[in-house]
Parts: sequence; C-alpha cells; structure tokens
Amino acid sequence: MAMGADAIELSYFPGCSLATSARENNRSLLKVCKKLGYRIVELEDWNCCGSSSAHSIQSDLAFHFACRNLALAPAGRPLLVACPSCMLRLQQAQLHLKEDPQACETYERMWGRPVDPNLDILHFFELLEGAFRAAGPELKTALKGLRFVPYYGCMLIRPPALRHAKDYHGLMEKILSACGAQPLVWSHPSRCCGTFLSVAKPAVVTPMVNQIIQGAIDVEADCIVTACAMCYLNLEIRCSLKHQLPIFHFSELLSIALGMGIKKSWLTRHLVDPVPLLKAKGFMH
Amino acid sequence: METTAPIRITAKPSSTHWDLIRTILAQSRTEFRRCFHCQSCGGGCPVSHAMTYRPNGIIRLIQLGLVREALQSSDIWLCIGCNTCSMVCPQAIDIAALMDVMRHMAIEEGVSPAEPGILAFHREVVNSIHRYGRTHKLEIMLRYKIRMLDMFSDFDVGLKMLAKRKLDLRPSKISDRKVMKRIFEACRVPPNGYGR
Repeated sequence: MAMGADAIELSYFPGCSLATSARENNRSLLKVCKKLGYRIVELEDWNCCGSSSAHSIQSDLAFHFACRNLALAPAGRPLLVACPSCMLRLQQAQLHLKEDPQACETYERMWGRPVDPNLDILHFFELLEGAFRAAGPELKTALKGLRFVPYYGCMLIRPPALRHAKDYHGLMEKILSACGAQPLVWSHPSRCCGTFLSVAKPAVVTPMVNQIIQGAIDVEADCIVTACAMCYLNLEIRCSLKHQLPIFHFSELLSIALGMGIKKSWLTRHLVDPVPLLKAKGFMH
Repeated sequence: METTAPIRITAKPSSTHWDLIRTILAQSRTEFRRCFHCQSCGGGCPVSHAMTYRPNGIIRLIQLGLVREALQSSDIWLCIGCNTCSMVCPQAIDIAALMDVMRHMAIEEGVSPAEPGILAFHREVVNSIHRYGRTHKLEIMLRYKIRMLDMFSDFDVGLKMLAKRKLDLRPSKISDRKVMKRIFEACRVPPNGYGR
C-alpha cells in the first residue's frame, strides 16, 4: 500500500446520494482512499448526473448534465466515481462523445473546451484491485468470522453499448475474504433494488426488497454488503420482514479491515442497528 | 394537477404507425425487430410482476403496429432502466434504451401516462436539478406528495429518515447558478421547468 508524499491525485465526483443521504458512505470511502495512498480532490462545483429521471424523460438533459461534469474535470487526472448509477451516466455520456462528432460539437459549444478523449473515469472498486494482494497478517484476520453476501445491485451491470467496460463483479468477495470474512453464494447479487420506484410505487418495491433480504437470510448471512448508496437506502427503508439484516456500505467494512474502525457518527445513520453484530464479532468494543 | 403537457414535439400527432416505428428505431438505435419472444427479458426483469405486457410484450405491440397501446401502458413507466433485460437478451436488443424512447414518445405525443405518479416523480427530480444543480431529496418528496395529493403514506418512513439524518433540510447547491438555465434552454425545456 502506497502512502505519504507520492500520493496519486484523483478528481472525485461524489454525486447527490453520497453528498447527502449516504454521508457515512462518503466519509468511509474518503478515509479508505487516503489510507491507500490517494489524494482526492473533489470536482469543483459538480452537478447531479441526472440520475434515473433525466434520461427517462429527455435524453438531451441527461447528456448535458453528465457532460458538464466531464468538462469540469481537470486534464491529466483520473475522475473517481463512487456511485454506480452516476458512473453509468458519466460513462454513457463519454461513449456518446466518442461515437458522435456532432455530440462533440455540442459539447464544445456548451462548455467552451474540447472533449478530453483520454479522461479516465474510474470506479472506486478499481483502486482496490491489487491493493489488498499483499495483505499482512493483521489484515488477514481483520474481519474474521463475518458471514456476508455481496450485493452489487443493477447499476454495475453494463448495457450492450458498454459491454467492453470493466466488470467489477467478484471484487467484494475477493477483497473481504482476503480480510478474513466469509462470502456466501446467494440468489440476488445483482438484482435491482427498485431504485426510484421506492417513492412512487412502494407496493411494487417492498416485495422486491423482501426477496433480496430473504435471499440473504436463507444462506444464513450476518449482513449484506452493498456497492451502491441507493440500494443501501432501499434495503433499509423498504424491508417489511420481521427479521431484518444489518446492511453495510462496502467502504465501511474496508475501514474496519484497514484498522481504522467504524465511526459512531456513521453507525447512528443506519436504520437497522449494526452495533450488536459488530460487538458480537469483536469488531467493536 | 398538470402532468401531461407535451415537452417537445418531434412526431406529429397524426403520425402513422410506420412513422412511429421508424422514429423508435432511429431514436433507440436498437434493432428490436430481431426479437423472437424468448421472454428472457421478462424473466430477468425485477418489476415484471407489476407489468401488464412485460418487456417483450411491449416489443410485440410495436411489431404489430400497436404503438399507441404500448405508449398507454404502465409497463413503460414501471421500467426502472436497470438494464437487466438488455444484458440477458440473446438477440442483443437494448430493451432499456427502447423503453427510454417509449417514455419520451409518450410525453411528446401527449399520451396521458398510465402511471402519472412515476412521471410526476421524474419531473420533480429534474425540477430540483433545475433549481439547485443537484437533487434535494426532502423537497422532491414533499413536492411530489403535494402534487399527488398524498401527504400521509410513508409518513413513518420519512420521519425515520429525518431522525437518522438521511434527509437534509437544506439543499446542496452548485455555485454557478446560470449554468442550469443554459442547459435547460439548450434542451428547450419551458422556463418554469416541468409542469409546476
């Protein structure tokens, strides 16, 4: 793990969820990045990527929202994204720019700068590959005894146009098992959580979420680990099962694994209290 | 309550089925005529349990020239855009992209949406971005509830989220306030946003 003065600089796009409702995700993630030797510079004045709503009602809006963020990214510095949904929007806009010269013209007219074809959009997961390979003895037992199911959600699935983009499935299992935790094979690792339908159609989303959580209960998992802040929220607010499982952001468990613990201010933001589990496993005193 | 105003007219109301099919092909850039109805999409779709036709059914309607029926269905609004169908399709049809085009067309053609609540939600999200450059969840929820005249459902969920500080009282804003106006003008969205 690199650390210190030779830190690698990255621009960072947090997105609306991590900046507000999932602040615990953002804080743990920034801590982990710092520990891994990255210097994170938040993209100045970033705007919403358009989420699911912009492309649902007008593709131009979705394109411009994403493009403004791409235009704000300083050259020569990769753009780090943590939210899988934002990642997909930004990648799709970048692909559109690569394929359509007319889109490039529009971009240049709107933002007064040429398209940077070399802008590297990185998902948080990409920083972790390799970082845990040389795991020391402390790291190997950091999460010992934790039985978890990895939940990627649907946004890390790639639509046909992005079929050559990186596939991150399997990474949570690889890294957390290197830290001593036990990944379980289960039924719903990339099932959609229902996203925005949670607001307009809770009756449709509740059975979807219950199915996911029941899937985790069926394999006797202690907890669900999520890659996406939106999924995290839906799993917490829409489960109507009697028995609920604690949900963790992947970055929170990484913080424990790296010896930085889990902060009280993150835990108090969990709707399903994870403290009894953390205490029982000895990750917290 | 105003949820069905046309946003941008690209296809004339008098368009024939063939015009509409050609528009769908051009805008979705996916060859949905290849569909042989294996129903893999519906099998993978997380919301198919709530749909009338399911994804391949929407394609079948279009193939049969029943575009209006497809535009009037709940299915095009229930689609979350999770891309699962597009991933599993053995004919490599980007069904999620097709669903996007169906929604745009329903709005443009002034078709009364079968799921006005879902469209109202999307509009509140886009309006929030118009105002702040970012989404303000609490305000989106409140405006949506007022628009739908539904103030009491999910009251408990809202309170829990507030107690856990999941809903910020103040919006997170961008500092360049003019830029959103520019984007919305470039997209020819009416100056007062989407149906306020």
